[in-house]
Amino acid sequence: MDDEQAPNFLITLNNVSLTLPSDAGPVEILRDVDLNIARGETVGIVGPSGSGKTSLLMVIAGLERASGGDVAIDATSYAQLSEDAMAEVRGANIGIVFQDFHLIANMTALENVALPLELAGSAKPFERARETLEDVGLGHRVGHYPGQLSGGEQQRVALARAMAPGPKLILADEPTGNLDLETGEKIIELMFGLHQRTGTTLLLVTHEDRLAKRCNRQVAISDGRIASDSHAAPTAARA
Amino acid sequence: MSATGLGLAWRLAKRELRGGLAGFRVFVICLALGVAAIAAVGWTSSAILGGLKADASKLLGGDFELRLIYREANDAQMRYLLGNSRTLSNTIEMRAMATSATDRKKRTLVQLKAVDGVYPLTGDIVLSADASLDDALALKDGMPGAVVDPNLLDKLGLRLGDDVKIGKTLFQVRATITREPDRVTSMINFGPRLMIAKSALAATGLIQPGSLVQYYYRLTLDPGVDRALWRKQLSDEFPNAGWRVRGTDEAAPGVRRFIDRLTLFMSFVGYTVLLVGGVGITRAVSAYLESKARTIATLKCLGARAGLIVQIYLLQIMVLSLVGIALGIVVGIALPAATLSILADVLPVRPALDFYPAPILAALTFGLLIAVTAALWPIGRAREVPARDLFRAVAQPLTKRPRGAFLAWLGLGTTALALMVFLTATDKMFALFFVIGAALTFGLLWMVGAALIAVCRRVQPRNAILRLVIANVHRPGSAASGVILSLGLGLSVLVAVVQIEGNVTRQIAERLPEQAPAYFFIDIQPDQVTEFDRIVTGIDGVSGLRREPVIRGRIVEIDGVPVRDVTIAPESQWAVRGDRALTSAAELKPDTEIVAGEWWPSDYAGPPLISLDDGLAKGFGVGLGDTLTLNVLGREITGTITSLREIDWQSLRFDFAVVFSPGVLEGAPHTHIAAVRATEAAEKPLENAVADAFDNVSSVRVREALEAASGLLESISIAIRAIAAVTVVAGAVVLAGALAAGQQRRLFDAVIFKVLGATRRRIAATFVLEYGLLGLITGIAAIGVGTLTAWAVIHFLMHMEWTWLPLQAGATVLIALVATVGMGLAGSWRILGLKTAPYLRND
Repeated sequence: MDDEQAPNFLITLNNVSLTLPSDAGPVEILRDVDLNIARGETVGIVGPSGSGKTSLLMVIAGLERASGGDVAIDATSYAQLSEDAMAEVRGANIGIVFQDFHLIANMTALENVALPLELAGSAKPFERARETLEDVGLGHRVGHYPGQLSGGEQQRVALARAMAPGPKLILADEPTGNLDLETGEKIIELMFGLHQRTGTTLLLVTHEDRLAKRCNRQVAISDGRIASDSHAAPTAARA
Repeated sequence: MSATGLGLAWRLAKRELRGGLAGFRVFVICLALGVAAIAAVGWTSSAILGGLKADASKLLGGDFELRLIYREANDAQMRYLLGNSRTLSNTIEMRAMATSATDRKKRTLVQLKAVDGVYPLTGDIVLSADASLDDALALKDGMPGAVVDPNLLDKLGLRLGDDVKIGKTLFQVRATITREPDRVTSMINFGPRLMIAKSALAATGLIQPGSLVQYYYRLTLDPGVDRALWRKQLSDEFPNAGWRVRGTDEAAPGVRRFIDRLTLFMSFVGYTVLLVGGVGITRAVSAYLESKARTIATLKCLGARAGLIVQIYLLQIMVLSLVGIALGIVVGIALPAATLSILADVLPVRPALDFYPAPILAALTFGLLIAVTAALWPIGRAREVPARDLFRAVAQPLTKRPRGAFLAWLGLGTTALALMVFLTATDKMFALFFVIGAALTFGLLWMVGAALIAVCRRVQPRNAILRLVIANVHRPGSAASGVILSLGLGLSVLVAVVQIEGNVTRQIAERLPEQAPAYFFIDIQPDQVTEFDRIVTGIDGVSGLRREPVIRGRIVEIDGVPVRDVTIAPESQWAVRGDRALTSAAELKPDTEIVAGEWWPSDYAGPPLISLDDGLAKGFGVGLGDTLTLNVLGREITGTITSLREIDWQSLRFDFAVVFSPGVLEGAPHTHIAAVRATEAAEKPLENAVADAFDNVSSVRVREALEAASGLLESISIAIRAIAAVTVVAGAVVLAGALAAGQQRRLFDAVIFKVLGATRRRIAATFVLEYGLLGLITGIAAIGVGTLTAWAVIHFLMHMEWTWLPLQAGATVLIALVATVGMGLAGSWRILGLKTAPYLRND
C-alpha cells in the first residue's frame, strides 16, 4: 500500500462480503463493505439485532474469513494468512473485549491478563500483567479467580487482558451488555481513559446510542451493509 | 514442537488442571479398569510362573528327572547316574486299583507311587499329624504302610489305620498327604495318590511285562556343575536310552502350558476391557473438551496457535493418564496379590509374590497408547473449535471433523495397539484372530449405533414423549453410539464367553457320555485276554467290547528329521510331547475312514508301515510315502506312511494316532487296552467282575473322568466369567459417564416438561423408553456379535460342533442390561423430584 495515499489507516476493508451456509441455503451476512479505520480513532458500530455488527467485528478480528473482498491490518492482508499466522497477527495487534468477559475460570486475574503476553512470547509477562491490572484498579485482586470477582471486576480484568500486550486495535463487543448502568459507565470511562493514554484504536459494537456517541466516529450497519458513516465524505455518507 | 511452546503448553495445562479431576472421573476409572485388567492378568501369570521357577527344583524333585517307561535303568546306566550325581532317588509310578479291605465292593483307580528311602531329594513331603514318611511306609507287624490323598479315604470309606488292597498286597493307611512336593504334573488327575515304599511294590504283582509303569530317576548335582554340559554328556553316553530328560527349566510343563493358555485368554478379555475403556475415554475427553470450548476459543482469540491447543490438552490427557495408569497398576497388582496370598496353600504352585517389571511395563504401554489414541479424535475436534463461537450465546458440541493428520495419528495409535497385542500374546494366530475380531465387532457395533441414529432421525412420532425420546437418541452429541459401542462390547464378550463355555460343557457333560464308552480297562496281560473277554461279554447290559494290543513309544523323527528341528502345528504338538500309545493291526477296524492311501493287506509281512491320523499328518507336514521314527522301549523303529485315517478325538472313541503294520510290535512286551459300553446299571457289576478276576487290571470310569473335567471346567469358567464381567463393568462406567454428561440437559428438559404440565410419571416414561430403547438395541447387537464370536471360536479354534444357546445368551444380556440400565435410571430418578422454580430463575 502506498504510504503517501493511506498513511494512517490501521484497518482497511475493501468490498468485503460474508456469506454463511445454513439449512435454508447460503445467507448473506455482510455485503460490499468498504471501511477504513485510521490509527487512534474511536469507532462506534451501531445497528439493529442481526444487522451484521458482530460479524463485522469477527471479520476484522480475523475470526471469520471474508467470503469476498479483502481485509488488512497495518497493510497486512488477511487473505494469504494461514490460521496459525492469523492467530499470531491477532495476538500481536488486536485485543478483544467480550460482552460475556470470557475469562478462563481456572486462571487467576493475573494469569488471565498475562496469557496473551505468554502466547506472544513476551519477556516478563507477569510484571506487565500486574501493571495493567493496577491500571484498571485491580492491583489488589491479582490472585483472585474470575468466580471470586464481580461482573464489573471481571470486565476490568478482560479489558486489562486486551490492553496488556499493547495492541494497535481494541475490539469491544457490547462491553457493558452484561453490566448494570453504573458499573457499565465505569468500564466505559476506563476504556476511553486507556485509549487516551495509549492512543490505541478502539472499535465498539453497541446498542447504546449514548456509548456510540462518545466515539469520534459512528458507523451504522443495516442488513449487512454500511448504512451510514459519520466520517465518510458527506455525499457518500448521506447517499 | 519447540521447547518454549511445550513449556508454555505445560504451564497452561497445569492451570487448567487446577479445576480438579471431577470432570475426569470417568476417564480415570475407564483407563484404570483396562490397565488393571491387563496388569492383573500379566502379574498373576508372572507370579505363578515365577513360583514355578523358584520351586522348580522342588517341583521336579531334583536338578534332573529321567523317566523310563516299561523298564528300569540297566546296570551301566545306574552306575553312570550314581557316579555323576550328588544324590539319586528312584520312584516308580503307575495306575492301579485300590480296594477297601473291609468292603471289597469299594474300589477306585489310584495313581500309585512307590518311593525309595531318600525320596524326596528336594522339598518336603508333608503328612497329616506330622508323621514321617519313612515311618509311615515302614513294614510294621509284617504289614507295609501307605500314605494317601485324603480324597481316597472318602472314596473308599476308610479311616487312618484301615487296610487297603493294591494288587495282591494289603497296606495299612497310616497318614494322609498334605503336600507332595513334586506332584504338579497335570491339571486333571484320574485318581487320587497312594504312596508306598518301593520295596513293597514287587509283592503286589502289578509289575508285569508291558504294564504301563514309569520309572523315575531324580538326581541332584554338586554345586557348580554345568547342567547343560551334564545333559550333553548323558546324551553322548546313552544316545539311545529312550528316557525323557527334564531339567529344572522344564518343571511342570503341563501347568506351564495351562497357565500360558489361561493367560492368553484372560489377556484378550483384558484387552477388551481396555477397548471398552477406550470408548469411555473418548466420551469423557469429548465431554471435557466440550466444556472447554469457550476456553479454547478464548485462547485462539488471544493469539494461541491451533498446535498449542493440541499440546495443552494432550499434556493434560497424559498427566491424567498417568493417574489412571498408576491406579490401574496398583489395583491390578494388589488385588491378585491379596487373592494369591490367601489361596497360596491350595494352589498347585506356590506363587512368587514379587515385583515383575514386564507386565507392569506392558500395562503402562497399553494404558498410554489407548489413552492417547482414544483422546485423539476429540482433541482433533477441539483443535477446530472456531474462536468466533465466543460471540455466540450457546456453546456448540464438538462436531467438526479432525484434520487428516489427526486421522493418520489415530491410525498409527490403533496400529500400535494391535502391534502390542501381537508382541505380548504368546499365540500369534490367536492375537490375529482377536485383532480382526475386535475390529469387526467395533465396526459392527458402530454401524448399529449409526443406523439407530439414522432411523431415529427419520421417525417423527406424534406423541410428544416419544418425540423427545427419539430426539434424545439422534440429537448432536447424543450418547447413543458411545453407549451401544461400550456396553455392547462388554455384553458381546459376556455372551461369547457364556456360549463358548455352554458349548464345551454340553460337549463334555451331555454329548460325550452318549458317544463315549463307559469304561477303559488298561494293563490287561496277553494271557488274560481270553478270560477278560469272557467275563466282560457275560455281563448283562455290556456291549461294544473293543480290545487292542498297546505299547507306548515316542515319535523321535519326522521324515528323517529330529522332532526338535521340525516345525509342528500347535494343535499337533501333543503327539510329540511324550510317549504315546501305539498298536499294530492287520485288519482295518470298522467305522474307520481312510482319507488317503490304502490299508495294508491283512497278511502283510514286510518293512514297517504306518497308518497315521490325518490331522497329525497335516500338523507334522507329512503325507503318504514319508516316514516316522518311533522309540519303542529304547529301540528305534522307522515306518513308511501308507494311509491316513480321519479320527474324531473329541468323540472319545477308542483309536490310535499311529497304527503299525502287523509284525512290528509283536515281539515287544505289551498289554491290552479295552473299551466297553455299559448301561448305568451294568457299570458297577462290570467294574467289580473285572477287579475281582484281575488284580493288575485298572479300570477308568469315563463318566468319572468327564465329571472331573467338568468340575475343572466349571472352576475355570467361574474365573473367566468373573473377568469377562469386568468388561460389562467397564461398559457400565462408560454408560454412567454418558448419562452424567447429559444430566444437565435432561434436567432442563424435565423442568420445561413440568412447566408445560407433564406429570412425573410421564417424564419418567421418557427416561425408561430412552434407556430401554438403547438397552434393547445394544442387547440385540451383543447377542448377534457375541454369538458370531462364540461360533467362530467353537468352529475354527476348538473344532467342535456348534449349538446356539439363545436362552443363555438372552438371559445374560437381560441380567446385565437390567443392572446397567437400571443404574442409569436410578441416577436420573433424582431429577423427577427436583423443584422447577430455582432452575427457571437461574436460567
